[in-house]
Amino acid sequence: MREFGYERAVDVSGAVTLLDTDPDARFLGGGTNLVDLMKAGVERPARLVDVRELPLDRIESAPDGGLLIGATVTNSDLAAHPEVRRRYPALAQAVLAGASGQLRNMATVGGNLLQRTRCGYFTDVTAPCNKRLPGSGCPAIEGEHHNHAILGASEHCVATHPSDMAVALAAFDAVVSYETAHGPGELPLADFYLPVGDTPHLETALPSGALITGITLPPAPVATLSRYRKVRERASYAFAIGSIAAALDVRDGVVRDVRLAFGAVSSRPWRATAAEHALRGAPADAESFAAAADAELAAAEPLPHNGYKVTLIRNLVVAVLTELTEEAAR
Amino acid sequence: MTTTTTGTSTVNGSVGTAHTRVEGRDKVTGAARYAAEIPFDELAHGWLVVSTIARGRIRSLETAPVLEMTGVLTVLHHHNAPRVDSDYVGMLGTPDPTAAVFQHDRVPHMGWPVALVVAETPEQAREAAEALVVRYEEEPHDVAFSGERPDAYAAEGHMPAVTEKGDLDSELAASAVVVDAEYTTPEEHHSPMEPHAATARWDGGRLEVLDSNQGTTWVQGELAKMFSLDPDSVRVRSEHVGGGFGSKGLRAHQVAAVMAATALQRPVRVVLTRRQMFSLTGYRSPTTQRIRLGADADGRLRALEHRSLSLTSTVHEFVEPSAGVARVMYDADAHHTANRLVRLDVPTPTWMRAPGEAPGSFALEAALDELAEKCGIDPIELRARNKPERGPVSGLPFSTHNLLACFQEGARRFGWADRDPRPGLRRNGRWLLGTGTAAASFGAGAMPSTAVVTAEADGTFTVRIAAADIGTGARTALTLVAADALEVTPDRVHVRIGDSDFGPAMIAGGSMGTRSWAWAVTAAAAELRERLTLGTGIPPEGITVRSDTSAAIGALAQKERHSFGAQFAEVAVDVTTGEVRVRRMLGIFAAGRIVNPLTARSQFVGGMTWGISMALHEEAVRDQASGGHYGADLAGYHVAAHADVPHIEADWVDDPDPDDPVGIKGIGEVGIVGAAAAIANAVWHATGVRHRHLPIRPDRVLPAGAAAEGERDA
Repeated sequence: MREFGYERAVDVSGAVTLLDTDPDARFLGGGTNLVDLMKAGVERPARLVDVRELPLDRIESAPDGGLLIGATVTNSDLAAHPEVRRRYPALAQAVLAGASGQLRNMATVGGNLLQRTRCGYFTDVTAPCNKRLPGSGCPAIEGEHHNHAILGASEHCVATHPSDMAVALAAFDAVVSYETAHGPGELPLADFYLPVGDTPHLETALPSGALITGITLPPAPVATLSRYRKVRERASYAFAIGSIAAALDVRDGVVRDVRLAFGAVSSRPWRATAAEHALRGAPADAESFAAAADAELAAAEPLPHNGYKVTLIRNLVVAVLTELTEEAAR
Repeated sequence: MTTTTTGTSTVNGSVGTAHTRVEGRDKVTGAARYAAEIPFDELAHGWLVVSTIARGRIRSLETAPVLEMTGVLTVLHHHNAPRVDSDYVGMLGTPDPTAAVFQHDRVPHMGWPVALVVAETPEQAREAAEALVVRYEEEPHDVAFSGERPDAYAAEGHMPAVTEKGDLDSELAASAVVVDAEYTTPEEHHSPMEPHAATARWDGGRLEVLDSNQGTTWVQGELAKMFSLDPDSVRVRSEHVGGGFGSKGLRAHQVAAVMAATALQRPVRVVLTRRQMFSLTGYRSPTTQRIRLGADADGRLRALEHRSLSLTSTVHEFVEPSAGVARVMYDADAHHTANRLVRLDVPTPTWMRAPGEAPGSFALEAALDELAEKCGIDPIELRARNKPERGPVSGLPFSTHNLLACFQEGARRFGWADRDPRPGLRRNGRWLLGTGTAAASFGAGAMPSTAVVTAEADGTFTVRIAAADIGTGARTALTLVAADALEVTPDRVHVRIGDSDFGPAMIAGGSMGTRSWAWAVTAAAAELRERLTLGTGIPPEGITVRSDTSAAIGALAQKERHSFGAQFAEVAVDVTTGEVRVRRMLGIFAAGRIVNPLTARSQFVGGMTWGISMALHEEAVRDQASGGHYGADLAGYHVAAHADVPHIEADWVDDPDPDDPVGIKGIGEVGIVGAAAAIANAVWHATGVRHRHLPIRPDRVLPAGAAAEGERDA
């Protein structure tokens, strides 16, 4: 493990200036992923800039009815916030479905977005991995991949993004705000994660040295009836093998609005736009839900050992949308 | 957990009453120090460098730049390490040469120790170890385990490789009902909470090793032989151990620490990382087992075949004897069993909680459930009809055989009588519900041990024995045993363990630790009481008596000696997601006299919890291309989390061992036996699909779905 320096940032401009002048530095949030990766030798920063004390730890209602979530809000505080639970219940459920109480107390919203894949080849420095060592190859494609991507992967990388929170944020059109030494910027979550292509080591569209300062959730009345369901290989404390964030607005048996995003199927939270398109105006019944899932999953390219995920996601779409339809009727 | 103990033995004295651990307060306050926590002046830290190829030779190690790094003291490797002897027979047989580190340039598996970097701090040692460039001549490796291996051979281990009685083919042909199925279990790891750790130092011409192990005199003996030392000049201490489960014997870390302490003449500590533990501390071999059962229409077995294939490394033979369980549990006119082995370029497996019985009972007890279904007989009744009168292979009488009492009590408490045997009928929301049962057994033995008991002048007693408390509560159990043998209250007894200077003793293993130690303690205490009745008064140095149980144990008659148990499980399965949840479990055991009900219950529940883990979660994945593990940490290797563990009840029936001075049989392993089969059988009852391959994970359950009518195989 490489020796590293540690500094605590006191303001945002100081933090981004530190990173701008030192390409070997990393921001440290809760450290729940970065520190593990440092111990494994995957990350070897020369300096850590701790941003957890920055004044970005508030959740506020926006004038338009949305929510502004600071980047250093902990996962625990995000999940417990009354307005999150009331207006975006799937987001609170997604956060609570991840990690453990101890980890959620440490982990920050900004860090959660930037956590790295848990692919076992990525975290083993003795293995080839195009994401960790570009050009070295992807052993998962021929090797162990029963929990790897079925959507949006490439011949260079089939890793999945591990976040539950980001799946709900994707469903609700979140926008990520950031600051750099050269000024602030914004990225819709849909553009935040880069396609894998032949550059799996480039994961986000954030400019170099940028610090995530917060997330904006636009107002979404549909989100008040929403749900996150996560399937994993044990009842708790495991990453998803398939998950879904869904929101539904049904009137008179017809889908007026719907949001769908999938987790553990791609290098990013997968917003199911084709399924949503198929559902708007369709009857709210199991047949439409299944057809919509099929429309989305037509693009799936499973590997020999992860084809079950196609069925899993299809079943989750039908099950969760059916539950939400029943709830809407009550 | 509310349970009522059904045992009816009268309790007079301490044995049989619940006592919290005597060292419990030290453990929960952190006062108890574990091997890697004990401070030493001038302590140096060693970090192992392990191979990144699965087969080949070390061509070169570029040590010069590493020796220049801050704090680095030395780098040990096959060119400069002390020579050691691994050609000897130790307490438990010949050693796994994996522990004899740095003796040659061959690399027989991924993760093989190739060097030890020693530095002033663990951080410096680790950074330098990661910087050490090792060049290899890589050779093609073979790590492909399957039931189809033509190079498999029958292998003995600690029991005969093959037993055959009667004509299998003709009895199968004459059977009204036949089950013929293949079952597989994956590679599984002990994963104790506390990693393997040792500190070695030379102290006045004596080698002292502070270690985390399952037997101090065992490790002392191995180190003495390996380094050609007089056993008296080696002292191994292991006061507190954070779990072992079979993995904590002589391993690379102790040997490397001794080498470095010898080279540097200062104390050296070596701690394994979790990832290193996956390749250096043993594991349970994967198994492929074929079971053939033939029975009359009434379920009576005419034919039983249990063949098991496991793997071992190219450097050491270890057999996972899964077919052994059939030699105890059921008889048949034709009865064939075989343990077979294939040697691959992988680390050496070792004993892991209920070696043989854990995977073997999964296959055999699942097959029995299939037979019960085919015969239309209740699974418990089927087992009752096939209870052997004598050892099916040995022909020896059983010392006690209380399996049916366990089933009877278990069935009553689980509500088995109300069970509809048909699968796939019960639903609760998205969950299909089912129940299952299975039998358990594990050998009940004792091994020679010595103990020292001193009557102190202040009226207290001190017991010294090289026992190991690996989390089981052995220290507390021995306190109760000693108190009864001395006819005093437990607060007057101080038990000291985990020190090879206390003399030879059995290890914490084979479910034989507490029984073997209790025997020695009881013998010494009895003699001491006789001495005290002479009434000469106690001198300031006390009166000390030493016992040795070798003769008494050697005189035991040959019998089939086993603990038994009945496992029950209720599961919920969502076949649309593949999720399986255990809703409740009950285990009733006949496992000898129970010394401390509090910690005994914990040990049974712990075994059953591991059974859940084995049934649903655990699988170490070997990457065929590299030959190494995929996800070798506790994020990648799943054990049951708290949320997976439901209400578990464990209890016992009266079953004192008639040939043991205290009546003990041993409870360390029987709790896991049969647990995975009970869960798998419950999954069938819920879904109508037989899952014969562990773990029963969503990616297997989901494609298999449910089959309300007829049988489906997953």
